[in-house]
Amino acid sequence: MKSLFFIGGIGTILILLLICVFLFSEASNFFKTYGLIDFLAGSAWKPGMHPELFGLLPLLFGTAAVTLGAIILAVPIGILSAIYIAELAGPKTAEILKPSVELLAGIPSVVLGFLGMALLVPIIQRTFDLTTGQTALTGSVILGIMALPTIISVSEDAISSVPLPLRNGSFALGANHWQTIYKVVIPAAFSGISASVILGMGRAIGETMAVMMVTGNMAIIPGSDVFLSSVRTITATIALEMGEVARGTEHYYALFAVGVILFIMTFCINLIADAVKRRHQLEV
Amino acid sequence: MKMKKSARIKLTVLLSVLLIALAGAGCLGQNSDNQIYTSGSTTVLPLMQELSAKYMESHKDVTIIVSGGGSGVGIADFIDGTNDIAMSSRAIRDSEVEAAASKNRPPAEHTIAYDGITVIVHPSNNVSNLTMDQLQKIYSGEIKNWKDVGGPDKEIAVIARDSASGTQEFFTEAVMRGVPYRNDMITQSATGAVIYETSQNEKAIGIIGAAYQVTSVKTVAVNVNGTNVMPTEENILSGVYPISRALYIYADQKPSTAVSEFIAYILSPEGQKVVKDLGYAPV
Repeated sequence: MKSLFFIGGIGTILILLLICVFLFSEASNFFKTYGLIDFLAGSAWKPGMHPELFGLLPLLFGTAAVTLGAIILAVPIGILSAIYIAELAGPKTAEILKPSVELLAGIPSVVLGFLGMALLVPIIQRTFDLTTGQTALTGSVILGIMALPTIISVSEDAISSVPLPLRNGSFALGANHWQTIYKVVIPAAFSGISASVILGMGRAIGETMAVMMVTGNMAIIPGSDVFLSSVRTITATIALEMGEVARGTEHYYALFAVGVILFIMTFCINLIADAVKRRHQLEV
Repeated sequence: MKMKKSARIKLTVLLSVLLIALAGAGCLGQNSDNQIYTSGSTTVLPLMQELSAKYMESHKDVTIIVSGGGSGVGIADFIDGTNDIAMSSRAIRDSEVEAAASKNRPPAEHTIAYDGITVIVHPSNNVSNLTMDQLQKIYSGEIKNWKDVGGPDKEIAVIARDSASGTQEFFTEAVMRGVPYRNDMITQSATGAVIYETSQNEKAIGIIGAAYQVTSVKTVAVNVNGTNVMPTEENILSGVYPISRALYIYADQKPSTAVSEFIAYILSPEGQKVVKDLGYAPV
């Protein structure tokens, strides 16, 4: 009986290991024919052209722009909402708010992408008088919405787990509720809140479908108005080009190399979030 | 409590056996008589994949292996005898026919579908036709404003498919002819997305497979020496519409039973329905 659980336990590790091995070995084929520096520092992504160019920078730029925009939009709303749910809302309001946040997390990304395409894209095009409403900003708004539940629930957990004696001490010194929140509770929960932001970032970086539908997928580094130009993210590139790329070609392996970069990025983000969280546990 | 050593070994063995069994299963059932190997054009690839998948559903004893490589590779494979069917989006060259004949593999040509591209714009756009040259200049970025082609004074939003798309590849060959695309095209992952963005963006121009019938956007005729040609099935079949071409497969003139039955299926009404469903014009 116990071995059954053991299989389940190591199964995950085994799957992870196999994925890693496959991913890295396929990507390594790419660097047999294409220089690592040309890949990492290349500023043009042009498969199917002569010569084929596989420069990572425009894609990295697209992912960075969209993720940064999403965080700028989602963090203030997310943290305010978390503080409200944890500290200020009455039990009944909190009871409605918490499941609502979870419900927001449950909306499939393709649905959000479609909403973005149908509603947000025309609005942004008209508002800023652009050639297309499919911009980094559009992607940021959609991703911001998708990152909100992560930020809210992790922050709210961190705020709620600030020990009662800390608050009581603050009250005993004559601080009012507001002063206690921003002088005691938030500093005490700061690591947890930071972790929520980092996890939200991870969510945004890995998202594919919704982003691909609303960002216009231009593999260029925009000169000005970064958020109002179309960009192409790492994830969108893989999804766009994987479908019909001929197996075993340089382009095919290039997509795996891009996948490895994405894997490393999300892996690092998870490690950082973990480290930040652990610091939080030690402090309190 | 730790697991007993013997149990752990058993488990390792069990897992290894499972893995080997899984790997082995993949290799089984490959009988060369009923195996059809096809390679070549990536434009024909998705069509062939769908056709072979449908065919294998009803013919469980036949295995069809489909791989890409490009038209030239497919025909080279055929000459070398490493495939049974070559997929090609161009007609075979005389030199290739000779090379194949000299290796005792005289090729038989079968036209399996026609491929055309429709140029679409927003319904409010008053541009009703474009020449091939204008199309090329719009997609290369030389023409950036609609007023340069008789339209309103608005910047052109150029919408394209991803580079892996057969439609895009064909457009590259037929319209761009070696001229590079502008860098800032709005790239969409699917024909549906091209249509959607074009239908809501009055600055947009997009390209889609000719088999798609859409009412939410306006179809632009291609101006051929002063005559406006619409991408109708008739114009595509006759070759009058300039952004169209035939898609071919090449097989041995004396094919095996499996190959000839598969080709018969492709040309049957059932096979041609798949052709139509995937956005190509049937033969």
